[in-house]
Amino acid sequence: MSELTPDLVRHLASLARIQVTDAEVETLTEQLAVIVDAVATINKAVDASVPATSHPIPMSNVFREDVVEPSLSQESALSGAADSDQGRFRVAAILDEE
Amino acid sequence: MAKAELMNYEQALEQFEVVIGLEVHVELNTNTKMFCGCRNDFGDEPNTNVCPICIGLPGSLPAVNRKAVESSIAIGLALGCSIAPTGRFSRKNYFYPDLAKNFQTSQYDEPIAFEGTIDIEIPSGNVFTVAIERAHMEEDAGKLTHVGGNTGRIHGAEYSLVDYNRAGVPLVEIVTKPIIGAKHEAPELAAAYVRSIREIVKALGVSEARMERGNVRCDANVSLRRHGAEKLGTRTETKNVNSLRSIERAVRYEIQRQAHILAAGGSITQETRHWHEDRGMTSSGRPKSDADDYRYFPEPDLVPVQPSAELIEKIRASLPENPSDRRKRLQAEWAFADLEFRDVVNAGLLDQIEETVLAGAKPQAARKWWTGEVARLANADDKDVSELSVSPADIAQLASLVESGKINDRIGREVLAAVLAGEGTPEQIVAERGLEVVSDDGALLAAIDDALATQPHVIDAIREGRMQAAGAVIGAVMKAMKGQADAARVRELLIQRASE
Amino acid sequence: MTDLIKHNASELVEMLATKQVSSVEVTQAHLDRIAEVNPTINSFLHVTGEEALKVASDVDKRRAAGEQLPLLAGLPIAVKDNLTTTDAPTTAGSKILEGWIPQYDATVVKLLRAQGMPILGKTNLDEFAMGSSTEFSAYGPSRNPWDIERIPGGSGGGSSSAVASFSAPLAIGSDTGGSIRFPAAVTGTVGHKPTYGAVSRYGLIALASSLDQIGPVSRSVLDAALLQDVIAGHDPHDSTSLPESLGSMADAARNPSLKGKRIGVIKQLSGAGFQPGVQARFDESIELLAKAGAEIVEVDCPSFEYAIAAYYLILPAEASSNLAKFDSVRFGLRVTPDGNPTIERVMAATREAGFGPEVKRRIILGTYALSSGYYDAYYGSAQKVRTLIQRDLAKAFELADVLVSPTAPTTAFKFGEKIDDPLAMYLNDIATIPANLAGIPGMAIPNGLAEEDGLPSGIQLLAPARADARLYEVAAALESLHENVWGKRMMQFAPELKVGA
Repeated sequence: MSELTPDLVRHLASLARIQVTDAEVETLTEQLAVIVDAVATINKAVDASVPATSHPIPMSNVFREDVVEPSLSQESALSGAADSDQGRFRVAAILDEE
Repeated sequence: MAKAELMNYEQALEQFEVVIGLEVHVELNTNTKMFCGCRNDFGDEPNTNVCPICIGLPGSLPAVNRKAVESSIAIGLALGCSIAPTGRFSRKNYFYPDLAKNFQTSQYDEPIAFEGTIDIEIPSGNVFTVAIERAHMEEDAGKLTHVGGNTGRIHGAEYSLVDYNRAGVPLVEIVTKPIIGAKHEAPELAAAYVRSIREIVKALGVSEARMERGNVRCDANVSLRRHGAEKLGTRTETKNVNSLRSIERAVRYEIQRQAHILAAGGSITQETRHWHEDRGMTSSGRPKSDADDYRYFPEPDLVPVQPSAELIEKIRASLPENPSDRRKRLQAEWAFADLEFRDVVNAGLLDQIEETVLAGAKPQAARKWWTGEVARLANADDKDVSELSVSPADIAQLASLVESGKINDRIGREVLAAVLAGEGTPEQIVAERGLEVVSDDGALLAAIDDALATQPHVIDAIREGRMQAAGAVIGAVMKAMKGQADAARVRELLIQRASE
Repeated sequence: MTDLIKHNASELVEMLATKQVSSVEVTQAHLDRIAEVNPTINSFLHVTGEEALKVASDVDKRRAAGEQLPLLAGLPIAVKDNLTTTDAPTTAGSKILEGWIPQYDATVVKLLRAQGMPILGKTNLDEFAMGSSTEFSAYGPSRNPWDIERIPGGSGGGSSSAVASFSAPLAIGSDTGGSIRFPAAVTGTVGHKPTYGAVSRYGLIALASSLDQIGPVSRSVLDAALLQDVIAGHDPHDSTSLPESLGSMADAARNPSLKGKRIGVIKQLSGAGFQPGVQARFDESIELLAKAGAEIVEVDCPSFEYAIAAYYLILPAEASSNLAKFDSVRFGLRVTPDGNPTIERVMAATREAGFGPEVKRRIILGTYALSSGYYDAYYGSAQKVRTLIQRDLAKAFELADVLVSPTAPTTAFKFGEKIDDPLAMYLNDIATIPANLAGIPGMAIPNGLAEEDGLPSGIQLLAPARADARLYEVAAALESLHENVWGKRMMQFAPELKVGA
């Protein structure tokens, strides 16, 4: 399916926050085009009359009571962080301001 | 950042039809977060109310807070919504450092509540029926603090800090359908709508509803179209409107800004804008290229929520009186005229007056003091009434002192000022300062005689029926008594003296 | 190689209970074996020898003091490295989690610890469980003890090779599309994927949330049953975990039965596309079952034609979302490019460096499948195919009690054979995928050696959701039949493992 162009792959990689190289874009476009072709057949198998199944075993109404459970200590919460400062996770500046 | 060019408001409304849409996020006051057992609290040390689930550690899984679901149903019912027999959670996928999993667990096409209505009364007295599209459950993000600024330096000037205490706190998002026909009252309607939502969730006991704490947040959507046009115009979404006042101002600003652009032949960019209260303007947020593609899909780690008819009825039966019904009841109980009652509501003093009446005051007296002197003092200080340190119990006491004649109105105002200054209760102040009105007729007569001694002609004037002459004597007596006399009683005694 | 490690888990349990051996002895014997073969086989990414011996020693003390201990107390076990452990790094076979020490134990790990089972270490897997050969592990592949030039299956090749090389009597695996069962087939071991929800997923680093399940890896059906009895059960931390217990699998395994059982051969999973030797062994097993009194029927599952397509849309979609959390902020790798980058750039550079090619491929495919404009055609349609597959299986289970197929189309292939052809790699899972899509239990047991290469092949058994016990009943019966015919256990056919430089 020619829908999978290098530009689209770049856009998808950007959405997924993966900084792909040009070489990767080329390989990915090729490989994904083949895969998408193979899986696109799925369209033919179903129509509007078939409902979707998002959970294999039907269940409903699973709840937790509103009771406090022990939290991690601040130290433990930060223990995996590459960088932290005064009890907070530290990251590079964000481009967009809310 | 320059302020945009604005069209005159009236002109804008002449040329265009205004359509608004409001999204309100309500933070629930459950004990724990939406999907984990961490404390739902404000102001704790950063990253101390967190666990593998709400900081998105690999392998963690969400578990739905039952109380949050019930609170959401209550909100839906209070807004006249239908409760979905099957509601499902969905993932809203986007990357942001305050989003621990880089997706938000929310609800997309199967919200818990939908299709409701709410009547909103605005200051002019007009009532609008606002249609509610949906109310759905979701989780809040963490809190970001930006450090450093745009100093122009290349190295290490800017970074951000993340606190996930707020991440996972339960939110209910209430979305209106496009609101058409509010015309020049659109800004007021927007503010009144949010105020109503606050009232409702507070009355339900599901949220503290404090806007300054972010318990209730509003995003205002505004679009314009030519009169008679069928299609809706392009809308902007304005965020960071943190008070009712801001909502009104922001909506008004967007109307004027958009009108100017459209009238000049330009087009509106669909975007998120940021309201700046200090500058009274909106500014453009960065147009996010992936903002619209959230790639929603049903949350596989959670199963559907299917509230039983029994549960829904149980919640419905436990709903408190809805604010609009409450208002009707109070107006009737207090026998206020429509205009009087509207003033009270618009001034946001309904609760105070109710409590003052419950503390023993007569309704009209309560109204007089709150909407009169208290409001005047608040305005003079550029404060909101709620910021003044006077309680309904104080006002009830004050009103009682005046009614019993112990003090008069003017002294009452003095006492009120003293209460605000923190000197104590009205009774304490009257006692301490010795402000009680002299009720001893003897003392009053002595003062009257003193005054008459210097103005003997007044007696004759009164005897001849020229009552206005009495004013000079009454005034002199009041002065002599330092205002601590009941002027009406002085008048009576004076007339009595004249007829002796 | 000490004879101790040659025993099945059930035998070791008996020996421990009767104090014939101590847990320290058993644990040390396995640690010695690991030291001997792991440099060659690379089953283990991390060995927790010290911690294991501590647990073993503690169990021995308690047993000596006459304390009533849990059934599997003192029996060592290996754990796939996509389950969180607080005392060992958990990498999911990826560079992006290199050295990450989790702040909490997975529920299954908690259950193993409560049972008093020394954990030998964390086993290798394809990165984030995406793959069928362990060639996509960032830490090098594991090798098949039957032939070290061949793959041990994937994604759980570490667990299967550990058990097949006698480095562990039991292992924990996870199965999303065959990651327990395919390795079992190609290493001559037993692997079971329980009914979806039977075992808690809390602490399992998620790949595809609606497909993932944790299960036992062993050398016998009874061994797997004993382990499943420990790890299965409702967990309030996992909202998809079954509320009810499925009963004792060990009881089922100890009561093998074929009487009155209808065995359904799946039309779509036989014949063309299957290696002749694999097919031959399968056909023989059907005959065995028939001779032993089972009724053989053919079942038709036409929707299986679309199973792989549905799987390779659903999995990447869910995975793309599940893997978004690996962003350098709270844990794991952080790569900071030069020049004062924004957080967006740090995230993108980190994920580029930390994820391998198969992971990137699937994330991008998944992002595509979910994106606006494509959702209905791809992810949406795949979820509908799922419904069709469940319907076909429901129909099939009206005609049969247990369905069977060869576990995989081929025996173990050589390293590098399929690595450049993603589609070819995906086809390994053709028989195993339907069970994950439908949520039903699936077990793979050894099914003899294929003639053309002398390598193990497997037979897969499927049962309706929640009927795991039925699988253990039938599988135990078939295992018994096999051992009668072969005169020995499957693993006794394995050549001596050549290790060293």
